[in-house]
Amino acid sequence: MKSFLSVENLTQRYPDGAGGTLTVFEDASFGIEKGEFVVILGHSGCGKSTIMNILAGLSDPSSGVVKMDGYAVSGPSLDRGVVFQNYSLLPWLSALANVTFGVQARYRDWSRARVVEESKKYLAMVGLEGDVLNRKPAQLSGGMRQRVSIARAFANHPKLLLLDEPFGALDALTRGTIQDELLKIWAGTEQTVFMITHDIDEAILLADRILLMTNGPFARVAESVEITIPRPRTRTGIVDHPNYYAIRNHLVHFLGQRSRDLAGRVEGGTPPPETVRLDVTGGEPDAEAEPAPRLRAVNH
Amino acid sequence: MLTSLSLNQRAAILSVVLLAIGLLVWEAAIPAQKAAGELTEYERLIGGAAQKAGIPPPSEVIAKAWAELSNPFYDAGPNDKGIGIQIGYSLFRVLTGYLLAALVAVPLGFLIGMSPVAYRALNPFIQVLRPISPLAWMPLALFVIQDSQMSAIFVIFVCSIWPMLLNTAFGVAGVRQDWVNVARTHELGALRTAFTVILPAAAPTIVTGMRISIGIAWLVIVAAEMLVGGTGIGYYVWNEWNNLDLTSVIFSILMIGIVGMALDAAFGQLQRAVAYAE
Repeated sequence: MKSFLSVENLTQRYPDGAGGTLTVFEDASFGIEKGEFVVILGHSGCGKSTIMNILAGLSDPSSGVVKMDGYAVSGPSLDRGVVFQNYSLLPWLSALANVTFGVQARYRDWSRARVVEESKKYLAMVGLEGDVLNRKPAQLSGGMRQRVSIARAFANHPKLLLLDEPFGALDALTRGTIQDELLKIWAGTEQTVFMITHDIDEAILLADRILLMTNGPFARVAESVEITIPRPRTRTGIVDHPNYYAIRNHLVHFLGQRSRDLAGRVEGGTPPPETVRLDVTGGEPDAEAEPAPRLRAVNH
Repeated sequence: MLTSLSLNQRAAILSVVLLAIGLLVWEAAIPAQKAAGELTEYERLIGGAAQKAGIPPPSEVIAKAWAELSNPFYDAGPNDKGIGIQIGYSLFRVLTGYLLAALVAVPLGFLIGMSPVAYRALNPFIQVLRPISPLAWMPLALFVIQDSQMSAIFVIFVCSIWPMLLNTAFGVAGVRQDWVNVARTHELGALRTAFTVILPAAAPTIVTGMRISIGIAWLVIVAAEMLVGGTGIGYYVWNEWNNLDLTSVIFSILMIGIVGMALDAAFGQLQRAVAYAE
């Protein structure tokens, strides 16, 4: 079965400055279903951000193709919205104008009043209302700026929403609040999301599936871990779920040890990611003793 | 008591005191002149019988300023026009040449800023043309254009263009890639990106260039009008020098400063309007 978004044999090489080439990742393949929230985890340098930029259309891979709804994508598009880590708000526009900027670009035939109304609706969803809307980004806290950025992205109803470490620059408390808001706004829209993060707990809270990358060079998506914790989730609720620690331990071990062990080029071609499903609620004592892995992200 | 005043108030008081001291010293430094009625005709002919003609005291300059400014737009023939008319001519030349320069420099600066090829191709020309004193163009302009008025405007055009061109190119080239990416992910066309993202992002740098340009243009117009003659504040200064009317010379020097300050302040206002904090 074809996925909604399928990434096929994506390879990125750069000149290494010494006449040779540096392969960041090779033959990376995975898929994302419609409405799915997928998080990608991996160490710095494994090419997460490069994958993100390729999906956003901001850079081109050395080889390989990204297909959305069956069509190869090239170049940036309103169908793929991006929330950048540094917010990327236009500093000369107010919070409201930053969102109307996006809405106007998406719905060019809408009246000004309708654009403003729609923008305010999405800003209200992330808790921004009233006087704050007229402030410039420099007058907003980091958390508020990222809220504006999230509102701008969701208001555009992209087919795929790309979040590039959106909470990376925020303090832990603010991050928690905005994660909750993101979950709330996402639950209402059935938006397909692809997100980069370094934060394991954030990944478990938000994701349907976590893609684990090995270390670069020759990084690859080694595993696709299903998050078997039912929604709706809350930050305090998930830690009590029996699967939480099984999943968390698996992720910690992967990032701590196996991402290194599995690193390097695989002879005979890069295998597709192995699906891992950890569910201890069915009475299975050992999480690792999962029966035959179900390949979910194969693109043949 | 002084500390209870605001910084601005204290500065204003100090300014007034400095002005008063300066004027007093100036007034006191001028030797007293005999009134015209007490002079013999011979003394009048050789300038008050002194060996050297004196610089007029500030009181005379102020009286002159009062007389000129209370009727700034009179026109009593080619050599006797009000200060307002002369400044008007100068401003007309400056603004015409300046606007023409802006029309060329800002779009060209955009091109140079966005295209490294255009930058490298045009840079040698800019570097050679930029250091040329704008007045050096005057003979060539007079020969080609055959019109002194247009030649003065051309000289203003030439001197205004470089700061605007270079600052626009610099500002456009320095627009953060993040903001350009925002435009790209919102599928903005080249023109919309230029007007809604790059122009506001580069505006502070562009306006800084425009402010430098208007300052230079106002400096150059005085010299240009001394050369081409006829009308304008530069011509006025030179004409009063030829008339040996130093009071008018000092008065017009002050007026040049005040108009220059006003032009700069206007662009300072514009600069504040387009400024943004990151």
